[in-house]
Amino acid sequence: MTEPTGASATLDSPTTLTQQDRLALYEQMVLIRTYELAIQREYHADKGPGFDIGKGLIPGEMHLAAGQEPVAVGVCAHLTGDDAVTATHRPHHFAIAHGVDLDAMTAEIFGRETGLGKGRGGHMHLFDPAVHFSCSGIIAEGYPPALGQAFAFQRRGTDRIAVAATGEGAANQGAFHESLNLAALWKLPVVFVVEDNAWGISVPRSASTAIPSNADRAAAYGIPGVRVEDNDVEAVHAAAAEMVQRARSGGGPSLLEVSTLRMLGHFEGDAQGYRPELADVAEHDPIPRYEAALVADGVLDDAAKQRIAAAASERVEAAISHAKDSPLPDPAEATRYAFAKEA
Amino acid sequence: MTTTTAAPTRRLNTSKAMAEAIAQEMRANPEVLYLGEDVGSYGGIFGSTGGLLEEFGPTRVIDTPISETAFIGLGIGAAVEGMRPIVELMFADFMGVCLDQIYNHMAKIHFESGGNVKVPMVLTTAVGGGYSDGAQHSQCLWGTFAHLPGMKVVVPSNPADAKGLMASAIRDDDPVVFMFHKGVMGLPWMAKNPRSIGVVPEGEYLVPIGKAAVAREGTDVTVVTLSLSVHHALDVAEKLAQDGISVEVIDLRTVVPLDRAAILASVGKTGRLVVVDEDYQSFGLSGEIVTTVVESDPGLLKAPPKRITMADAPIPYAHVLEYAVLPRQERIEAGIREVLA
Repeated sequence: MTEPTGASATLDSPTTLTQQDRLALYEQMVLIRTYELAIQREYHADKGPGFDIGKGLIPGEMHLAAGQEPVAVGVCAHLTGDDAVTATHRPHHFAIAHGVDLDAMTAEIFGRETGLGKGRGGHMHLFDPAVHFSCSGIIAEGYPPALGQAFAFQRRGTDRIAVAATGEGAANQGAFHESLNLAALWKLPVVFVVEDNAWGISVPRSASTAIPSNADRAAAYGIPGVRVEDNDVEAVHAAAAEMVQRARSGGGPSLLEVSTLRMLGHFEGDAQGYRPELADVAEHDPIPRYEAALVADGVLDDAAKQRIAAAASERVEAAISHAKDSPLPDPAEATRYAFAKEA
Repeated sequence: MTTTTAAPTRRLNTSKAMAEAIAQEMRANPEVLYLGEDVGSYGGIFGSTGGLLEEFGPTRVIDTPISETAFIGLGIGAAVEGMRPIVELMFADFMGVCLDQIYNHMAKIHFESGGNVKVPMVLTTAVGGGYSDGAQHSQCLWGTFAHLPGMKVVVPSNPADAKGLMASAIRDDDPVVFMFHKGVMGLPWMAKNPRSIGVVPEGEYLVPIGKAAVAREGTDVTVVTLSLSVHHALDVAEKLAQDGISVEVIDLRTVVPLDRAAILASVGKTGRLVVVDEDYQSFGLSGEIVTTVVESDPGLLKAPPKRITMADAPIPYAHVLEYAVLPRQERIEAGIREVLA
C-alpha cells in the first residue's frame, strides 16, 4: 500500500481475481445499474404533467448512483454482512453491493409498510441491521457513527470492520476531519471511502477543494491514503483489499478516494445546465468499458452477457413488483417509532 | 419502580450520586462505558465521573479529543451495535458544534428504521448559569433538546434523583439526554445550594423517566419547575408559609416525556399556576406547561398563569446583570404573590 507521501497514487497492484471473481464484479455492477435505471423509470413515470417532486409512487428527492458502481462493488467485495457500511444520500449502489435486502429496500423507497423502515425512512435513510447498513441524508455525517460501529467491533475483539463513504464535497466538512483523526488516534478498523464524482450538486470540485487529491489528506492524520484515478472496479478492488486487510488485522483506518462518474443529475429532475462535459458522460461509462475488457479476456461472451442482464432485470422487476404490491403504512401510525416503547 | 435498600443517613452531593449510578451500571453491564472531554483523570469538569477512571480504567472511561461531532457520532454507532455508551457534551451550549449528530442521527435512527435499530445511549451535559460564565457557557437549552423529537430529556434537581434517573437512563433503549445543572452538583468551587447534598439510597436505585415529583405539597398555588429552580421555589415556599401561603412545588424531573398528569392534578387542586424555568421564555418549556393546562381545561385556573423565566436575551456576564435575568427567589416570590392577588 502507498503510505502517505503528499502525492496522489494510482494503484496498479497485480490482480489476483479469478475469472469467477471478475464475473461477479461485473454482475454486481449490472444489477446496480439495472436497479438505478428501473428506479429512474418508476420515479418519473407519474411525476407529470410537468414535474412535481412530491407526486407519484416514489415521492421526494431521488439521487441515483449510475456510474459510481465500481466504487461500491470494488470495496464491498471484501466485506461480509458482519461488516458495517455507512453510505451517503446516494446510497443504493453501496446498499446493493453490501447485500441489503433488495425487496425491503425497494419497498422503503416506495414508502411501504414492508420497507426497511416501514416507510419512515425513505431512500436517503435506509437501515438494514441484518448487514449493518445505514446511510445519512447529510453530508459527511455518516462518518462519525461508522467510528462507533468500528469501536464496538474492536472492543469485542472481532476482526469486523466499518466502511464509511462520502462524496468529495463532504471531505471539506468538519465531521470528515474529526473522524479521520479520532479513527487514526484509536486505530479503529475503518476504511473511509471518498467517491469523487467531481460535483457537489452543481459546484465543481475545482471550486470546492484546494488540493487535487483528498487521499493526500490522510497524511495529516498519519494514515495511508490512496487515490484510484480511473473508476475501474478492479483497481478499486485492489486498493480496498489492502485497506480492508489493514483494518481487519488491527492496523487502523485508511482513506480511499476514487475518481468516479455521476452519470445522472444530482437528483432526478436536475437538468444539469451547469455541467459542460455532460455530452461525454456516456463515453466514460465504466460498465461497457469493463464489459469490453472481460470480452477481450475471454471471460464474458454474448450469451453470458444476456443471461446476466436478464437475471438482473428479473430480480429488479421482482423487487419493484413486491414494493408496488405491498401495503402503504397506516396514517394513524405516522408518529410510531419515535421511541422504542410507545408512551 | 423505585427500589430502596437505603442507609437513610448517607449524604452525597449530586455529582457523586451521579457517578455512583454510573459505576453501579458499569459493574453490572460491561457494555456501559463513559466517554467525553476530561472525563478521565480530571473526573469531569463538573465532577460527573469522579473516581470512575480509577475503578474501570481508560478502556471504559475514555478521554476524547475535542471533537464533539466525531465522539458523539461514535457513541451513536456503538449504541447501534448494542453497546450502552454514555457520552458527555461538556456544556449544553456546545450543542451547535455537533447538533447534527444529536438530532438528525441519535434521535431519528430508531424512527427512520421503523423501529429496527435502537440507539441506547446517554448524552450527559452541564447546563445553567449563576456563576458569571457568560452567554456561551450558562444556557439550559432543555427546551431546544425537548423540541426535537426522538430523545428523552431528564433534568434532575437533587442527588437522589440524579442517581435514580442516571441508572434509568443507562438502561433505557432510547437516547436519553441527561442535563445536570452546575448549581445542583454540590461542587466545592461554586456557591452551594444546601439541597445539592442530600440523602442518597445505596445499592440499586431507579427513578422512572417521565414521572414528576411533588417536591412540596401545598394548596394555594402550584409552582411547576425543574433543576436548580426547584430549590429557589422551595426557598420561597418556606418563606411564604410564614405568611400563611401554601405553595405546592412540582419538580418535573423529566422534560420528555412530560408528566402532564402531575401538572394537571396539582393545578386542579390549587387553581393557580406559576412556571419557573431557567431556559429562555419564548417558544419553550414554560409555554408548553401553560398550554398543557389551558388545552385541558382553562376553567382550572382561578387567575391568569405567570411565567418566571430567563429573559429572551443572551445571558450577561456581570454578576448584577446575570442575577437580574435569572429566575431567582425574589422574582419567584413576586410572581406567586401576583397570581394570588
